[in-house]
Amino acid sequence: MSLELRGVRQSYGDVEVLHGVDLTGRPGEVLAVVGANGAGKSTLIRILAGAQRMTSGELRVDGERVDLRSPHDAHARGIRTVYQELSIVGGLSVTENLLMGAFPRRRGGLIDWPEAHRRAKKLLDSAGFGAIDPRMLAGRLSVARQQMVEIAKALAGEVKVLVLDEPSAVLAGSDLESLFALIRRLRERGVLVVYVSHRLAEVMELADSIVVIKDGLIIATTEPANTSEAELIGLMAGRRLEQIYPARREAPAETRLEISGLSRKGEFEDISFELRAGEIVGLFGLVGSGRSEMARCVFGAEPPTKGTGAYRSPAASIAAGLALVTEDRKRSGLVLGMTVLDNIALATMRANRRGPLIDMAGRKRRVTEMIDRLSIQPGRCATMPVAALSGGNQQKAVLAKWLLAGPRVLILDEPTRGVDMATRVDIYRMVDDLARQGLAVLLISSDLTEVLGATDRVLVMRNGRLAGDLRSESTTEDEILAHAIGQAA
Amino acid sequence: MTGHIARIRMTRLVVGGRDVTVTAAFVTLIVLLVAVAAVTSDTFLTQTNLTNLLKQMVTTGLLAFGMLVVILTGGIDLSVGSVVAFSGILTAGLVADLPIPVAMLAGLLAGVGFGLINGTLVSRFGLASFVVTLASLTTIRGLAFVYSEVPIAPEDPAFFTLGSAMAGPLPVSTLIMLAVFVAGGIFLTRTPAGRSIVAIGGNAETVRLAGINVPRHVTLAYTISGACAGLAGVILASRVGIAQPSVGVAFELDAIAACVIGGASLAGGRGSARATFGGVLVLVLINNLLNLYGVQSFWQQVLKGLIIIAVILVQRTNRVRG
Repeated sequence: MSLELRGVRQSYGDVEVLHGVDLTGRPGEVLAVVGANGAGKSTLIRILAGAQRMTSGELRVDGERVDLRSPHDAHARGIRTVYQELSIVGGLSVTENLLMGAFPRRRGGLIDWPEAHRRAKKLLDSAGFGAIDPRMLAGRLSVARQQMVEIAKALAGEVKVLVLDEPSAVLAGSDLESLFALIRRLRERGVLVVYVSHRLAEVMELADSIVVIKDGLIIATTEPANTSEAELIGLMAGRRLEQIYPARREAPAETRLEISGLSRKGEFEDISFELRAGEIVGLFGLVGSGRSEMARCVFGAEPPTKGTGAYRSPAASIAAGLALVTEDRKRSGLVLGMTVLDNIALATMRANRRGPLIDMAGRKRRVTEMIDRLSIQPGRCATMPVAALSGGNQQKAVLAKWLLAGPRVLILDEPTRGVDMATRVDIYRMVDDLARQGLAVLLISSDLTEVLGATDRVLVMRNGRLAGDLRSESTTEDEILAHAIGQAA
Repeated sequence: MTGHIARIRMTRLVVGGRDVTVTAAFVTLIVLLVAVAAVTSDTFLTQTNLTNLLKQMVTTGLLAFGMLVVILTGGIDLSVGSVVAFSGILTAGLVADLPIPVAMLAGLLAGVGFGLINGTLVSRFGLASFVVTLASLTTIRGLAFVYSEVPIAPEDPAFFTLGSAMAGPLPVSTLIMLAVFVAGGIFLTRTPAGRSIVAIGGNAETVRLAGINVPRHVTLAYTISGACAGLAGVILASRVGIAQPSVGVAFELDAIAACVIGGASLAGGRGSARATFGGVLVLVLINNLLNLYGVQSFWQQVLKGLIIIAVILVQRTNRVRG
């Protein structure tokens, strides 16, 4: 089935976010859509999914003009969408999630469970995710596996167009291979796969054609053979990026954080390391290796069972100059219902008072300065709800909150996950600047390239223990990974 | 999978870059209610009725502000009606032995104490606010009857002063309530504690990691609600001149309704003192109007329920965005 968008415009209130998008997808094609955060990718996806009606323009399916009024309309036309935010119900089994609303029944109306599980199994097998047990509670699966269930669910009916929004953000290793294999099979079956991703390496490997969207417009249509990652990054950012990672800094100075024998039952054991002023230390580990738990414990969010160097409470950490930018900004980084101003000022309210009241003018000035310094977009966003910012800018807002507190040690947990390349580069530059100003930085990441490129030293965790301490200059991605999975020489 | 949600599309009214549709709708509604009342009823604009109206607002108003603070944290305080009864009857009982201001202070402090207990159970023991305050609703009601099964009517006329004194055209009690709203509005928007309470309802984990003591602020919210209920109980007993252990049943519902009409989210994190005051005005005007029309009390309940639904539907349009 071919899909064609013509002159699609989309406005929210007075703000137009898509300014006339033209896009063509052919059957049996993998069409990659790349663009910075806030470029309009999500809006485009919502329009294709029938979740958002375009303000003007048209959608043609096999040359015929169609009007998608609801996600149901899109389903009926064989257009299925898998969003980045999963819609799995954790308290139900995989089977229930897959067959939701379409259970096989026995006579009398009761659900025929054996048949339901068989169908679910068949669905998973045909998607290439046969390793997932349909009887499991979906909530017990890893996020990667949940994502696979979500994709299998989208394939339940007759699928002609599959829209995948950042499908690989949580996948790694063999799971990622399964996904790629599935996409290739779908392509052979004549399905149009619209693949939205930040990971340009994947896009180059998978896509038949690539469109670059920037500021609500398609600015380039190309093919992997005719472009390069560097060129795509330049197009997305609207400028040429000479170098993604800043150059190395000078030798680190005095110790800022000293952790010794830190343990927390069931999470991590006997962790010792130190952070020095002016140093960026990467912390790599597979999901479940205890990285984030350890960082939270150091920050005082959870008490350790043994060991020294961790703080008693977040308040004590902050007083000592620690800052923790957590992994999940929606769950623990932002108060989504509040303004950008309230969010950025949250950790420094008590310090900025006049008598019992908050110094409102001073607070606004400081926050506005920080918005400018981190170039959070749109520029005059202090009184906007923080939920209205794009993902990358929300991430910058969390960072701004902590920078206002004037930290001496900065712990960043996956600061670039789900963040576009241009914003990433901004974040790397900023972290580098901070290190040059004498901050000690711990950068937790599952991105090998990043953990190697942006740091001076890399700590590797495996199964809750420290498995390696490597110099970034002299190690390789392979070596780091080998330590992380326990196959180092 | 997900059902379709009906969305009312409305033209938005934007002044100086701010969406004031709901504020405008609110003011219109209140003006409209007053206009209808003034035109259709001879009694509405009489001084007696207006003074009565202003005095009747006090209880709902005080309870609504306290309720708002708790609702902002994402909780609920069902015990306020019982606190009104207890603090009223305690004050009336103590008047026999103690100076009146001291007795009244004792009534207020009883409210503070109950709030502190509610708050501690919710924040330190991690119990659900609905369950905790449901339990204290019945416990405190019981205590009110234990203290005195029969109504207490103090004879000292000074006891009536707080509830009936006038400062010019306005009742003193109404001024007290207004002062609570003004101070409360400043508290919620301009103090670290107030902002923390609002933020906790939005995302408690984020607030905790920002180094803010979440349990302490949650306890504070319930204590404020208890204090408001205590004050309301004392004023009510003083106005009526007699304290009854049975007074205040279902008062919490009007307080919650006022918050919700004012756009507060029961999930926490959203709501304001000003809008809640608007909610109180709407509720009290509706009550007064229905009374003046002589609408039978059961029909009053039905109408009030329908009006609340209608107001909330209009409120919702404010949240419908991209």
